[in-house]
Amino acid sequence: MEKTIHITLKIWRQKGPQAKGAFETYQLNNISTDSSFLEMLDILNEKLISEKKETIVFDHDCREGICGMCSLYINGHPHGPDEDVTTCQLHMRKFKDGETIIVEPWRSRGFPVIKDLMVDRGAFDKIIQAGGFISVTTGGVPDANAIPISKEKADEAMDAASCIGCGACVAACKNGSAMLFVAAKVSQLALLPQGKIEASRRAKAMVAKMDELGFGNCTNTGACESECPKNVSISHIARLNREFLKAKLKD
Amino acid sequence: MKLFIINSSIGRKLIMSLSGLFLFLFLTLHCFLNMFLLGGPSAYTAVNDIMELPVVTIMVPILAAGFVIHILYALWLYWQNYRARGEVGYASGKKSETTSWAARNMVILGLVVLLFIVLHLTQFWAKMQLQSFLGGANQVHADQSYDLVANQFRNPIVSVLYIIWYWVLWFHLTHGFWSAFQTIGIDNKKWQPRLQIIGIVYATILAVCFTSINLYFLFGFGA
Repeated sequence: MEKTIHITLKIWRQKGPQAKGAFETYQLNNISTDSSFLEMLDILNEKLISEKKETIVFDHDCREGICGMCSLYINGHPHGPDEDVTTCQLHMRKFKDGETIIVEPWRSRGFPVIKDLMVDRGAFDKIIQAGGFISVTTGGVPDANAIPISKEKADEAMDAASCIGCGACVAACKNGSAMLFVAAKVSQLALLPQGKIEASRRAKAMVAKMDELGFGNCTNTGACESECPKNVSISHIARLNREFLKAKLKD
Repeated sequence: MKLFIINSSIGRKLIMSLSGLFLFLFLTLHCFLNMFLLGGPSAYTAVNDIMELPVVTIMVPILAAGFVIHILYALWLYWQNYRARGEVGYASGKKSETTSWAARNMVILGLVVLLFIVLHLTQFWAKMQLQSFLGGANQVHADQSYDLVANQFRNPIVSVLYIIWYWVLWFHLTHGFWSAFQTIGIDNKKWQPRLQIIGIVYATILAVCFTSINLYFLFGFGA
């Protein structure tokens, strides 16, 4: 049985990075509760096209929760009110009939608005470029058991590696801090023998880049962890602090 | 090293963390010594004789530096974080779940605590240690200090304000304790809930002890 709802949307519209933005209100009727949030926005854009109005710009790509492109700050939460999902996996059944839904872009100095709901998350790429890699030629695929790695370490590294770099942590943080992202990217390598060799250099370079790009200082509120669609834990932040301080004290 | 305690976010946080833990130690000592008030004038006078030793005098500027560094770094970090948030706020508010209410309001809680510290210093420190630095003419000495405390704390307005202060401080400490360890990097999935509970228990012990002293005098006990 398909159920439909009527909703009111208040969506942030902004012509360009320098332009002053404002909310615009849209009515949508008969939205299927089975449709995803992005499908609902597609329907709205179709409607705007038929009315010869400019469509709403928002980021999206894979629509299956793994690419990290979708964003949107919905009703007080990055990726909306549902737990542990990205906006593309958020469904309209999470909203009530007649509800007003406020949709905003990520707000942070590190993520300037490009247009409407789309922000520039290039800062994350710059942080990765600063050190989020292993700079040795690894050759062909090695034998799975050639380097022994404990199950706990492997699990921790995998949990950190589940970060898709969407930026919800920064969007949720009252300090606009990118610590959870950087912590995940440092942890996923620092925990494994291949990545450990460059752990010091990596932690220092990535933190320096993060600071340079204007992200804030972590105050351990844990908002990032609760909004992370991939449930990345703030224990990785403790590891980043540890790696960074160890590296600095060694110098 | 190149002054990473100034130039890097984690370095700045390290200073907040270490100065915070230092103040924790001070508070513990302060609380322990104050508990002798419940033992009557002679017990408290004995403790205050220790407070007039030179070693304590040396510690005064170090302690003051601990406070000043903690407060200045807090304001500096707050200003940076304020700027990092960007110019436009969220119209739909911030509804993210956080580790605690205190975690989101450390600066406000800290400023309230600071206001009370000023009051507290004018009521006691200015009449005792400060006078000895100024030459000692008007100093309230160890043997009169019990009466000074008793007189102040028998005033209901003063005592109620103090008790409010202790519990504002309680909020500040509950987040501050585990947060300090998280920042130093001595934390993981297993220890995070443990440190959070230890922090709450620790802060509660301190607040209850301080509160008991005020209630003791407020209800007319003591010499």
